[in-house]
Amino acid sequence: MNNLKDKYTKEIYQLIKSLLTFCRYELIIDKGEININCSVKDLTKILLFLKDNPSLSMECLVDIAAVDFPEKSTRFTVVYNLLSISKNFRLKVKVKVSEDEALPSVNEIFSCAGWCEREIWDLFGIRFKDHPDLRRLLTDYDFQGHPLRKDFPLTGFTQVKYDNELSRIITEPVKLDQEYRNFDNLSPWEGMGKYLPGDEKSDH
Amino acid sequence: MTKRENYSLNFGPQHPAAHGVLRLVLELDGEVVERADPHIGLLHRGTEKLIENKTYIQALPYFDRLDYVSPMCQEHAYALAVEKLLDIDVPIRGQFIRVMFSEITRILNHILNLTTFALDVGAMTPFLWLFEEREVMMEFYERVSGSRLHSAYFRPGGVHRDLPDGLVEDIESFCNRFPKKIDDLEKLLETNRIFRQRSVDIGKINKEEALNKGFSGPCLRASGVEWDLRRKQPYDCYTEIDFKIPVGTNGDCFERFLVRIEEMRQSISIIKQCLKKLPAGASISDDPRIVPPKRTQMKSSMESLINHFKLFTEGFHVPKGETYTCVEAPKGEFGVFLISDGTNKPYRCKIRAPGFAFLQATEFLSKGHMLSDLVAIIGSLDIVFGEIDR
Repeated sequence: MNNLKDKYTKEIYQLIKSLLTFCRYELIIDKGEININCSVKDLTKILLFLKDNPSLSMECLVDIAAVDFPEKSTRFTVVYNLLSISKNFRLKVKVKVSEDEALPSVNEIFSCAGWCEREIWDLFGIRFKDHPDLRRLLTDYDFQGHPLRKDFPLTGFTQVKYDNELSRIITEPVKLDQEYRNFDNLSPWEGMGKYLPGDEKSDH
Repeated sequence: MTKRENYSLNFGPQHPAAHGVLRLVLELDGEVVERADPHIGLLHRGTEKLIENKTYIQALPYFDRLDYVSPMCQEHAYALAVEKLLDIDVPIRGQFIRVMFSEITRILNHILNLTTFALDVGAMTPFLWLFEEREVMMEFYERVSGSRLHSAYFRPGGVHRDLPDGLVEDIESFCNRFPKKIDDLEKLLETNRIFRQRSVDIGKINKEEALNKGFSGPCLRASGVEWDLRRKQPYDCYTEIDFKIPVGTNGDCFERFLVRIEEMRQSISIIKQCLKKLPAGASISDDPRIVPPKRTQMKSSMESLINHFKLFTEGFHVPKGETYTCVEAPKGEFGVFLISDGTNKPYRCKIRAPGFAFLQATEFLSKGHMLSDLVAIIGSLDIVFGEIDR
């Protein structure tokens, strides 16, 4: 069963390699899943091609996910998760985008992208060019910040409560009765590399 | 001549027909919907952020709380994703138990959806008849996991505990009894004139539109696409089970209803097959790096006790990698995009909820229909806010 699946994935891999020739990209099979890494300027071209090419016909955009890597030079990776129902395979298209860069909106190609892009703008603060309606989606109406960024604390910055004296809902800085306890369970002895912990102190 | 203007209406956030906390800003021309703008996020709890701060085992119960009427199917997606990253196998008995409970979950979900949909368009009886059966199935949940709703039963590697004594017989007798209730439900509604007037040709969507809007599950099948992940991209032991995929042609509210009815019958048949084929053996993998030791072992072995302690404090480390794994949840394709950086906590866990795409299409589906049809459309799409707002 798995061998058959792997064989089919390889076939699709070869097919994409032979068809998609008009721009530069990287094609990888990872854990039986096909990934395409491409640049921001080629994104719409590639998605449109994948959707319209009759031998691939990826008619369904399942999801768009963003990932934050604060320590990398281009901070965000956005993953477009595509599905071909007629050919029965999946594909992920990945683009790297920095904080001050905007992605082209793919709302015109897949109409379900509209909300996915709004969600990413809301939670990560990645902008989308030519999006018809780029409002916040999941957070509160006057929310500040982008909560799924790695530098946004789990507790957030503000808390909301009903104030009896003012008879209205107020927002105030978050107060915790107990500090948030984040136990560091990572054992320095596991999966040890060449250097031991503490080696950085010696000057060899 | 008086000038006629459209007026806007605020629907929800607390409205019994909104199936949760949905706020819809509607623009109406008389009683006809011109524009519908759903405002979601009222149930946003930041599940994805919380998961990034928990270990892999601690993250699992959050999946019960997404779509809270089909908890086990979502655990299934997460368990499969973690298993894929860890590269471990599930014993065959564990797979059968998981499939069986996934199908029980499907019936649970469909009962809730179909009967509340009927309630929305004016039929109270199905709700009263079938919720009794839902309670029986939730008792099955309770017997295997200890809780009726938030079960946390599917774990990476299998299921938490084996089935208790007598449960197999009880599920079997339930399977023999339940099809009659499905027939009753169908008889009450299928030929009912009012029900048909409220649902036939309402909220129609064709094949191409449905795919473009990211539909999946029964809503996509009602539009005539024969697509079921259990068949097309099978996981666990679905390859060994025989079932039919009901497909509609018209893609309206009524066909979405019919597809779900038939799916319940197929689920019953799957459960029966699972019971018949249920092999003996372990229900969870015996890999001590991931699965905690048995209680009896811990009483006599110090190492087991330490192992147990480490698993529930530090958790297990998942090798670097990423996967998108999905299952056919009762509502549609439920997927988990999991990225691991090699530590004991997920680096990123994106949850793909089927309802998200459905709700986005509300405006498209309801344009030009009456306000009361909007209620029928929302009911037939099977929307639950736990998974949409996350």
